[in-house]
Amino acid sequence: MRVVVDLSRCQGYAQCAFLAPEVFRMHGEEALMYHPSPDDARREQVLRAAAACPVQAILVDQLEDRDVPAEAAQS
Amino acid sequence: MTTTEKPDTLLRILDYSSRADPYPLYAELRETPVARQADGSYVVSTYREIAELLHNPHLSSDVRNLSRPMEAVQGRTTPSFINLDPPEHDRLRRMAMRHFGPPHTPGLVTGMEDDLTAVVNGLIDGFAGKEQIDIVDDFAYPFPVTVICHLLGVPREDEPRFHLWVDAIVNSIDYNPETDPKEKLENGVQAREDLRQYLAGLLEQRHGKPGEDLLSRLANDDGPDGRMTDEEILATANLLLIAGHETTVNLITNGMLTLLRQPQMLQRLRSEPGLVVPLVEELLRYEPPVHIIPWRAAYTDITVADTVIPKGSKIMLMLASGSRDPNRFHDPDVFDPDRRDNEHLGFGSGIHLCFGGPLARLETQIALTALVQRLEEPTLVTDPPPYRPSPVLRGPIHLHIEQNKN
Amino acid sequence: MTSADNLRAFKRDGRIVIVGASLAGLRAAEALRAEGFTGSLTMIGDETCEPYDRPPLSKQVLTGWVPAGDTTLPRRRDVNAEWLLGVPASGLDLATNHVRLADGREVPFDRVLISTGVRARPWFVESEAALDGVFVLRTREHAEGLQQALAAGPSRVLVIGAGFTGSEIASICRERDIAVTVAELAPAPLVGALGAMIGDVAADLQRAHGVDLRCGVKVTRLEGDDQGRLRRAHFDDGSTVDADVAVVALGGIRNTEWLRESGLAAGPWGIACDTGCRALTLDGLITDDVFVAGDVARCPNPIYEYRLISLEHWANAVEQAEVAAHNMVSGQADRWPHLSIPAFWSIQFGVNIKSVGVPTFADEVVVTQGSVADRRFVAAYGYRGRVTAAVSFNNAKWLDHYRQLIETAAPFPPPSPTPDQPVDMKPVPVDFPGPVLLAQGATVVVTGHDPSERRVTAAQQNR
Repeated sequence: MRVVVDLSRCQGYAQCAFLAPEVFRMHGEEALMYHPSPDDARREQVLRAAAACPVQAILVDQLEDRDVPAEAAQS
Repeated sequence: MTTTEKPDTLLRILDYSSRADPYPLYAELRETPVARQADGSYVVSTYREIAELLHNPHLSSDVRNLSRPMEAVQGRTTPSFINLDPPEHDRLRRMAMRHFGPPHTPGLVTGMEDDLTAVVNGLIDGFAGKEQIDIVDDFAYPFPVTVICHLLGVPREDEPRFHLWVDAIVNSIDYNPETDPKEKLENGVQAREDLRQYLAGLLEQRHGKPGEDLLSRLANDDGPDGRMTDEEILATANLLLIAGHETTVNLITNGMLTLLRQPQMLQRLRSEPGLVVPLVEELLRYEPPVHIIPWRAAYTDITVADTVIPKGSKIMLMLASGSRDPNRFHDPDVFDPDRRDNEHLGFGSGIHLCFGGPLARLETQIALTALVQRLEEPTLVTDPPPYRPSPVLRGPIHLHIEQNKN
Repeated sequence: MTSADNLRAFKRDGRIVIVGASLAGLRAAEALRAEGFTGSLTMIGDETCEPYDRPPLSKQVLTGWVPAGDTTLPRRRDVNAEWLLGVPASGLDLATNHVRLADGREVPFDRVLISTGVRARPWFVESEAALDGVFVLRTREHAEGLQQALAAGPSRVLVIGAGFTGSEIASICRERDIAVTVAELAPAPLVGALGAMIGDVAADLQRAHGVDLRCGVKVTRLEGDDQGRLRRAHFDDGSTVDADVAVVALGGIRNTEWLRESGLAAGPWGIACDTGCRALTLDGLITDDVFVAGDVARCPNPIYEYRLISLEHWANAVEQAEVAAHNMVSGQADRWPHLSIPAFWSIQFGVNIKSVGVPTFADEVVVTQGSVADRRFVAAYGYRGRVTAAVSFNNAKWLDHYRQLIETAAPFPPPSPTPDQPVDMKPVPVDFPGPVLLAQGATVVVTGHDPSERRVTAAQQNR
């Protein structure tokens, strides 16, 4: 699955790092680093984290089937 | 925009008779986003203004910055971080967070999931053979209390003792010298002192004995900010014990009440377990456990919604009203777990955002999932249910349900 | 489009081409579909992969946690586009409305969005840039190569340029316990973006984490060994540093060369546009079918005296893409202006640095909250008595308040105290490096005398 966090919205509440600690990690007190392609097995945790974000900054892939460009499909 | 045109709206909200449904009164309140009250305090009820103030550094959480000293519900004890400003607030919260969450202890809450599920299932097992179940006394109260006791390192068997203290403290939070008997306040002050004494006894035993519980960890911590003083530890433990008692119980109970009022939603949650995640967020918006931040102090003159709030004024923030503001949420009075845009105020915002929010979320998700899975066609016995006295930490005092026995 | 009918027809089966398939391009494509555009959509990109996110490249990827290939952006909806990837655009013909690709193909459009972004500024000596161990950091491939070089355990890394990217790279090196030297021409790190006071804080931060920080020096030469591997760097003060990895972090070059003959106001400064993201011609006239978004756009901001500002900010790319997309499929009366307050972040040495507003648009700066010594504070920037920007170090929860101060042109210095106010709250000059450090070179010349014949032509573009 794919994740991106709008870090200009993020205020470092760390709710995501509580609920999906393998995917979202605090770097110091306030800075967030995250894994943009977490394992699908973590989907439930990631959705919990995204829902809990107080500023709704976490975007999780909404699509099962995307129109993947042909060139990219090989990678 | 300031007027005192409806000074009685707030009083009607605080009156017990509106506890079951304060929302129409919140709508009335929102007609004046920042409303000056007869006593010179201000009530803020609209989403954007509340959110703005929660991020305004000129708002203080320290009682000493109120020009009119409040009847000190706090007693003479050291304040906890909820009643402090930066840098003290930040330091104490950071030191407590070291043992509860990221960055120092990131896996603690998720690591509790199996234990939480076991407690929940044990409580539901206890429903067997009962004619009626009280979702509060039989479930929503004992569950978070067990959890917070375990987390803090407070013996569960002492719970009946401090249950009474916590009740008295919560009842005194919204003490109004104009309308309430003095003993409501005095009971709260005495209960705080008793609870402090009790926790001090526990803390005494933890010094020099490293352990897994929060009291032991705080008593023996050697983090970058040093160690909390005993008074600071007691204030922190006091805060967490009360919050752990009195908030999640409301969230779980309000959740069950909302589902029982909308059986199709209950059915949907049964067949769609993943729904519980957005559903709990929607609960935090629609029926939050904390309705009001009873006071903050204007550290300087503050302008909000074209209103100047003078320095030293008491400001009341109506979180539950803000989360129902139609200027922020589409169809705010509809309970809609599919809502995409849900930046609710259920846990507040800014530096004082609920410390235990992640645990409360997980507890409620697990609790509601188990309840809807295991209860057989539950129905409400009385609607509306009876409510606890507090307009601040608002929720039913009992929630009786019956199951289909076939 | 002049009439509602034309607009409907365009939304139904018009042709939109997006040149630049990164964050801004993707978000614009999604927004176009969300706006109900059902016509043909073509995405042109010079990289071969799906749109991916760049901020992690200098952070999570360099730590070794996230593989560079794992940074593909999530999608909010199916964009149902034709993807022409791996070939850059080489020209734009506004007479016939075609985008020309480097392989000779021509792609027709009714409206075009340009979001070709920025590429890394390479080391100025080609043979030295080609040495083994010399890197820039902009793409996935760059990040993957640099990560491998860091993983190999270099004896020392030299970072050339202490802007945000350079500082982040230095931070990761220290996190991986790799010796690192940072060379910066300015007197301190981050000084070009945030001024001297914050620059001093950043310098202390780097040194406290064991960075060998050398400011006010210029790297004059990168020296390789017989095998073509980097061995040493020479500075203009005569000193040297032995390093087997060097990262050239001297900022970016906007990808506008392909527009040289287009007649658009495109150059090293970016592509000038209005707040509706419509491109300007070289003469400064507005176009109606050419839109710009992202790092390459140079857009006026009314808050800052309508000055044209280019921002290499993530949020700016997203917001501009959405405004551009909306305006591409809307009539004149329904168009939106892009008016958001710029917002930026950087993560380095365990500190979350965030800014709102435009710190370079300021003459003074003052710490308003917190403690600089603890590296937890907010500083407000002011220009002629009003707040124009703010920066926080591990204090992001307050920044919304400062955004509001900027939006309302609140007085500077902020007159009222906060409970967390530093004892010594005095504004100091913001002190940015002079134009010598920031100059881009001459750009255009104006010719003609009569109003009807006055024209702008490009000069010394794309040095």
